[in-house]
Amino acid sequence: MLSGLGRRPGVRAGLLLTPPMLWLGVAYLGALAALFLTSLWGQNSFTGQIERVWTLDNFRDLFSIEVYRTITFRTIGIAALVTVVDAVLAFPIALYMAKVASPRLQRLLVIAVLMPLWASYLVKAYAWRGMLSEGGLISWLAAPFGLGSPGYGLVATTLVLAYLWLPYMILPIYAGLERLPDSLFEASADLGAHSATTLRRVVLPMGFPAVVAGSIFTFSLSMGDYIAVRIVGGTGQLLGNVVYDNAGAANNLPFAAAVATVPVVVMLAYLAAVRRTGALENL
Amino acid sequence: MRLSRGLRATLLGFTAVVLAVIWTPLLLVVVNSFNADRTFSWPPRRLTLHWWDVAAHSQGARAALWTSLEVAALATLVSLLLGTLAGLALRRTRFFGRNVVSLVIILPIALPGIVTGIALSNMFTTVLGVGLSIFTIVVAHATFCIVTVFNNVQARLQRLGGNLEQASMDLGAGSFTTFRLVTFPMLRSALLAGALLSFGLSFDEIVVTTFTASSRDQTLPIWIFQNLFRPNQAPVVNVVAAVLVLLSAVPIYLALRLSGNSGKALTGAR
Repeated sequence: MLSGLGRRPGVRAGLLLTPPMLWLGVAYLGALAALFLTSLWGQNSFTGQIERVWTLDNFRDLFSIEVYRTITFRTIGIAALVTVVDAVLAFPIALYMAKVASPRLQRLLVIAVLMPLWASYLVKAYAWRGMLSEGGLISWLAAPFGLGSPGYGLVATTLVLAYLWLPYMILPIYAGLERLPDSLFEASADLGAHSATTLRRVVLPMGFPAVVAGSIFTFSLSMGDYIAVRIVGGTGQLLGNVVYDNAGAANNLPFAAAVATVPVVVMLAYLAAVRRTGALENL
Repeated sequence: MRLSRGLRATLLGFTAVVLAVIWTPLLLVVVNSFNADRTFSWPPRRLTLHWWDVAAHSQGARAALWTSLEVAALATLVSLLLGTLAGLALRRTRFFGRNVVSLVIILPIALPGIVTGIALSNMFTTVLGVGLSIFTIVVAHATFCIVTVFNNVQARLQRLGGNLEQASMDLGAGSFTTFRLVTFPMLRSALLAGALLSFGLSFDEIVVTTFTASSRDQTLPIWIFQNLFRPNQAPVVNVVAAVLVLLSAVPIYLALRLSGNSGKALTGAR
């Protein structure tokens, strides 16, 4: 029977796909669908019970209440800022790793970038909490310049998120630049271009899809984060905190579900926007 | 490579500075675990091994570590199975909806963890009526770990093509024998790399876990998060953090061995 299946690729693929698709296609997509249905339900304000009546109240609250609007734009802004900072920091490093370093150094650098990625997310955020604290490393370093630590707040959140996701930006750009043939650089130089011109006219445009690929990680991870905010964000909240607080302490699941659709819609819009750069094939 | 000397030197300097910034917090965590003070003050005034001893006897931390290992192992097992099946199914066969299938596999990791977390928690508690437990954590983790195995399997199958399996079939081996003697050995190192990533991802996960764990289940990240803001637990948290930093060398070492020292196996993280 099995050998018969081997000759009927369609049937075989179908059988192989059934278990993973039941798990992801039915259970996971079903869970997402249920979440969005929940966002259209109301809640009894006295008992806290979910009322299965269709309503757009949750979305109306989300868009009309000043606080939530501010938090939405702040989250998108911080995610964008983190992405830009990471791209600017990552590109030169990736270029050095891919095209300048000797093979031996290249391997060491890949390890130096990768190992922090495997170190626990919480530990890194926690380390920054210590460094940003009063009497921590940053205030110690800044003291001779008459400066202090930025303390816990949105600046710290941006800084820590940019730190946390930087390797996710370096690695795709490194992989993208490494694929570029050296002959491109030589051709550019032979045609009389200076290094700066080669960088601007050859390296940047060719490396751009890889930057976009990295930006999908940094943007998405920042849009959904609420742990780093809790650790170094002080009182400044992001969308993730609103979702978490409403799902947990405030016990308003329909509203939490409505807020959770925002990162999904933003991410889908972002993915649709970057599709044309060919970045998705670079993931 | 024909970039000017000045540009190369600038790139080197920039890389060195940023790598120093990347590594400083990690080294600080290790140094700080020996700090005699209870706070994260810099520079440390006195060093001690006392907190390592205290941490070694911390029941909470030890229990949480076991829970994390258990969850990561089970989630990895499930994602190995499902990821391999999906990878094998999507090879060669071109069918309608193929891209949709890959998208569905990538989705749990592409969407912010908070969305996956709240969606699954809602499904467990309100739709299915299952209480949150270790089981629900494993299901949630496996959901976003499948992609790591799938990606590795797919890349390997694409690179090696089907000639060897064709030859095996031509020599009279059935599908199952071919899988056992040809396909599986071909996939083995890719499966190990995928499993390593999956284990690491699950072991470190906190966002989805906070939504799918009951208040009794503590994975190590949850334990750290709950003790982070308790001043008298700080020294123990410092030691656990230092241990985790030191342990991150293990997957790097394993991946280097797997990939014959090129480090390629590692770059698929997330």
